[in-house]
Amino acid sequence: MYAWIWRHLPGPVWTRTIVAVLTLAIVVLALFEWVFPAVSALLPFQDQTVTDG
Amino acid sequence: MTLQSPPNVGPDVRPTVRPARRAIDQALAVAGEILITAGVILGLFVVWQLFYTDVQSGRTQAAALDELAFPEMPRVEASTGTVTTAQPDAPAVVALIPEAVKVYSPSGAPVLGSQREATTFGALHVPRWGYDYVKPVSQGISRSRVLDPLGIGHYPDTAMPGEVGNFAIAGHRTTYGKPFTDIQTLQVGDALVVQTDAAWYVYTVTSTKIVRPTDTAVIAPTPNQPGVTPTVASITLTTCHPRYSAAQRYIVHGELEYWAPAGQGYPSEIVEGA
Repeated sequence: MYAWIWRHLPGPVWTRTIVAVLTLAIVVLALFEWVFPAVSALLPFQDQTVTDG
Repeated sequence: MTLQSPPNVGPDVRPTVRPARRAIDQALAVAGEILITAGVILGLFVVWQLFYTDVQSGRTQAAALDELAFPEMPRVEASTGTVTTAQPDAPAVVALIPEAVKVYSPSGAPVLGSQREATTFGALHVPRWGYDYVKPVSQGISRSRVLDPLGIGHYPDTAMPGEVGNFAIAGHRTTYGKPFTDIQTLQVGDALVVQTDAAWYVYTVTSTKIVRPTDTAVIAPTPNQPGVTPTVASITLTTCHPRYSAAQRYIVHGELEYWAPAGQGYPSEIVEGA
């Protein structure tokens, strides 16, 4: 999978490296800013309120 | 003597075996990469939950505190650790609330009107957690809108600060800036100081206990006595227990000792050495 992606990235090795690192950074940022906060709010491990539920 | 290939193992057969093997190998490789990726994402989630939420929420909570812009906001000198007034150039002298303006009962206390969800309306000072401990208090107990980003949340339909009834607030014990991380250190008699635009409300811890998550009696107007008409102004802190779990809730109850109008100085409880 990653080898396939690597083969299909354009340009010489150094542009491929830059594109790969940038893509990775964007993915991690999206996870940290949006995906993880949304998922965590659905998990019960962090609740601190008293409710009837 | 030369070795002859058997008639059925030749260039005709091998290509038909190899693509099948190769397809299985590739499928296994992709599956392996997906599993490794899932593992890395789970690892990132743990890092984010345990460390980065403190960074993110610390930022939003500091911003919420700045927006309050109270006339007096104790500021901590990074160099000396002493509390000073809001003006950076002012000498490190803190005016204390004169005894004459303290009111040792809820009567006449300014009570805030109902607040929209996620509105930050006050600040909590807990000297037991450091004289520099000050966290914003916002309306609502939604995880995603209040407790995760803004820290301490006020249970809707419970009393406001200074009001006769139970001013009930919730906060994280771990992660997300963890406003109530040291809740187990609170002892009977410790001060819990709430600050709003209008007044200071100084509560004293009266009891602590651990309850089930469904025990809503702790936030009843008269704590632990649902249905009883309140006669005193109480405060209740709820957070998860044990740490890094949500199996139980750690509860701290307090009662209003006195209130004083804003602009008269700081309560001596939150001033080091006063």
